[in-house]
Amino acid sequence: MAKDEITKGYKLVGTRPNRPDGLDKVTGRARYGADFSLPGMLWAAVVRSPHAHAKIKRIDATKALALDGVKAVVTRADLPTGLEGEDLNLQENTLAGEKALYDGHAVAAVAATSALLAQDAARLIEVEYEVIPHVTDVDAAMQPGAPVIREGAADYSVPEGMHPNVVRHMEFGHGDVVAGFAAADIVREETYKTEATHQGYIEPHACVGQMGEDGRGEMWVCTQGHWYIRRMCAAVLGIEAANLRVTPSEIGGGFGGKTTIFMEPLALALSKKAGGRPVKLVMSRAEVLRATGPTASASMDVKIGMKKDGTVTAGQVMFRMQGGAFVGMSPIGEALPCAFACYDIPALKHEAVEVLTNRPKAAAYRAPGSPMAAFAVESLMDEMCRELGLDPIDVRLKNAAKEGSKSSYGPVYNRIGLVETLEAAKAHPNYAIPLGPNQGRGVASGFWFNHGGETSVSLAIGEDGTVQVSIGTPDIGGSRASIALMTAETLGIPYENVRVNVVETGALGVNEPTHGSRATFASGKAAVEAARQAIKEMCRRAAAEWEIEPEAVEWKDGAAQPAGPNAGKFPPMTIAEIGAKMGGTGGPISGHHETNAGGVGASFGTHVVDVEVDPETGRTTVLRYLVVQDAGTAIHPAYVEGQYQGGAAQGIGWALNEEYVYGADGRLQNTVFLDYRIPVASDLPMIDTVIVEVPNPGHPYGVRGVGETGITPPLPALAGAVAAAAGVRLRSLPMSPPKVLAAIKAARQA
Amino acid sequence: MARVHLWSSLRRFAEGQEVVEVEGATVGQIFDALARTYPGLAPAIAAGLSVAVDGEVIANSRSAPVRPDSEVYLLQRLKGG
Repeated sequence: MAKDEITKGYKLVGTRPNRPDGLDKVTGRARYGADFSLPGMLWAAVVRSPHAHAKIKRIDATKALALDGVKAVVTRADLPTGLEGEDLNLQENTLAGEKALYDGHAVAAVAATSALLAQDAARLIEVEYEVIPHVTDVDAAMQPGAPVIREGAADYSVPEGMHPNVVRHMEFGHGDVVAGFAAADIVREETYKTEATHQGYIEPHACVGQMGEDGRGEMWVCTQGHWYIRRMCAAVLGIEAANLRVTPSEIGGGFGGKTTIFMEPLALALSKKAGGRPVKLVMSRAEVLRATGPTASASMDVKIGMKKDGTVTAGQVMFRMQGGAFVGMSPIGEALPCAFACYDIPALKHEAVEVLTNRPKAAAYRAPGSPMAAFAVESLMDEMCRELGLDPIDVRLKNAAKEGSKSSYGPVYNRIGLVETLEAAKAHPNYAIPLGPNQGRGVASGFWFNHGGETSVSLAIGEDGTVQVSIGTPDIGGSRASIALMTAETLGIPYENVRVNVVETGALGVNEPTHGSRATFASGKAAVEAARQAIKEMCRRAAAEWEIEPEAVEWKDGAAQPAGPNAGKFPPMTIAEIGAKMGGTGGPISGHHETNAGGVGASFGTHVVDVEVDPETGRTTVLRYLVVQDAGTAIHPAYVEGQYQGGAAQGIGWALNEEYVYGADGRLQNTVFLDYRIPVASDLPMIDTVIVEVPNPGHPYGVRGVGETGITPPLPALAGAVAAAAGVRLRSLPMSPPKVLAAIKAARQA
Repeated sequence: MARVHLWSSLRRFAEGQEVVEVEGATVGQIFDALARTYPGLAPAIAAGLSVAVDGEVIANSRSAPVRPDSEVYLLQRLKGG
């Protein structure tokens, strides 16, 4: 087991102290996006297109502006022109221009002295539409005659002859796939489909924006990345980034969906038109589902060649993904490299296209693209294992990628922990539990790259030797606790003596959002470097006090100490003593580190799920669920387990129930959680977890990101379990009760 | 010189080659050399690329070091959730 590899001996890393935000959250004191209010604040409401595709002929706000208490209306005409690329995409999604591109696309916004008045005023804004043909299905959007959503939108990568809705193309591979398939004993090819799903964060988007006529402003917002909010709002509104100060709130979930803007510039634009009065804008659940970014939907062809002993000889995929009406939003660039990332296969071919549809602008969602790719590839692997009567874990072990393997996307892997997760899954008691009638077991593995990225962290020693750490990555999944643990471990002081604060954009250099499973990795790595810098200065202060060379002082157990007998005999000088005297020994002591963090370590996982399918209703009950994943080093194991369980829960929802349902008119039919069915506690068993630790050599404590990999295996694992339980294979998600029941009935009739 | 692997869709901009050799001590210098030598690659580079250098995926750092014998793979710009 990989546990043996860990260089332990840590005092704090690997423990489970109380979370620093716990008391505030359970008492309701924590301030989320909608909790901010300011004197003189106005409320905003947004007018949204009821049509999937329509030309906007006229907008008349006369009646709305005539209402007493209505202070401002903005339309696209109020925004600057001349933007290009993703900035234009962001502006176009913030407010429609010549066309509304999807049901729910914002067309105008209004600010008034109360929320109800703003909603009344929004209903009085008259918009004249010319409805034009629409398309929401990814395969239909590529067919001849499908309505063209944006003429000339395809980039350099698209070969000639494709439908204008095909806007990006990607192809790569290695080896000879023809020879590979020829060498196989069986070759199977199937098509799999996934529907778009939403991140389903419990807290809707919310912000308060204030901007004067001089173009200087502030924003308080629920976000995963406030520097991104600053940059994107500045681009959409044509203002200078430094003139906008953005403070993040606590965050009630993001999962990638809060790494971009959807309505934040509207609050600022309305504020400016209303004489600088702050404007609060809070989305309803229906607005979140209709107009913020879900993930892509996908249609995927997979072909695999396998020998009778389970050796995979070749693989091939063709993915079609839509990310809405905006170029560059589908995750084809991530899905393709993830497709066969778990395997060492001599011949592979990957191809994908991105297709425009009349759907909202997709956003990142936990390991973007990887769950769909895993559903396609891992499902076909499972089908072939069952056909050949092979144990699915044994087949995965036989083909598993390991250190030195050539990855499916080209480079050779460094140290990775897939094999360890497979071995741990096979050894777990869940894998040996006998199953009853209508029950089935599914197994799948998954992968995510993880990310480092732009990071800036500051650390300040207090007068009493306690420490404040300023980070720029909002805490979604426990990063304040893990960064406090690593900082305290490095400084040799108690966890409780370190407070980690997520600070506003004026306080640090640019930070990328909390995305790519990077916060504990990258902000943690920078915090350790900042602590080391502070330690160096504290040693220097002690050396000056003792009148010896700084090199003769070492840091141990939270104190400066003589490095050896030749340094002289001095009692340890604790961090509290150094902090108390620092005003007279040279001034404040701090540490700072800025980096574009490298040394990222990928994370692999393996899941095992048992289900029971009711043959009378088609309902699937998850009996037990096991997540095994490589964390590198689990800094705070309880949070790591929480990430594993959260990823599995979201994947279960994606597999069994969640989907965007569009009517023939292109309107989203299920815009509230009653109809968009995410799993609730009563739908789930206690999710078992096993933390595998294969330390990442690129991090001082061995951290690998753990936030995203966990959502990748559930889709194919559930598909395999349902197939085993119900005797029918569903290749289209979600496997909702009506679809499962229809498949069972069809199988009976056949 | 570093060996840079191009994904299939990019090879038509580099005379059909799967692997090209260019000089550069950083990812940014490699990008600049690619765009200079094969101007058809410039739009792809300008649109944003990630790379893997000797097995390590680097999302967006032009300053990341590249050794003369490094193996570099171009990847589409990676996003995370």
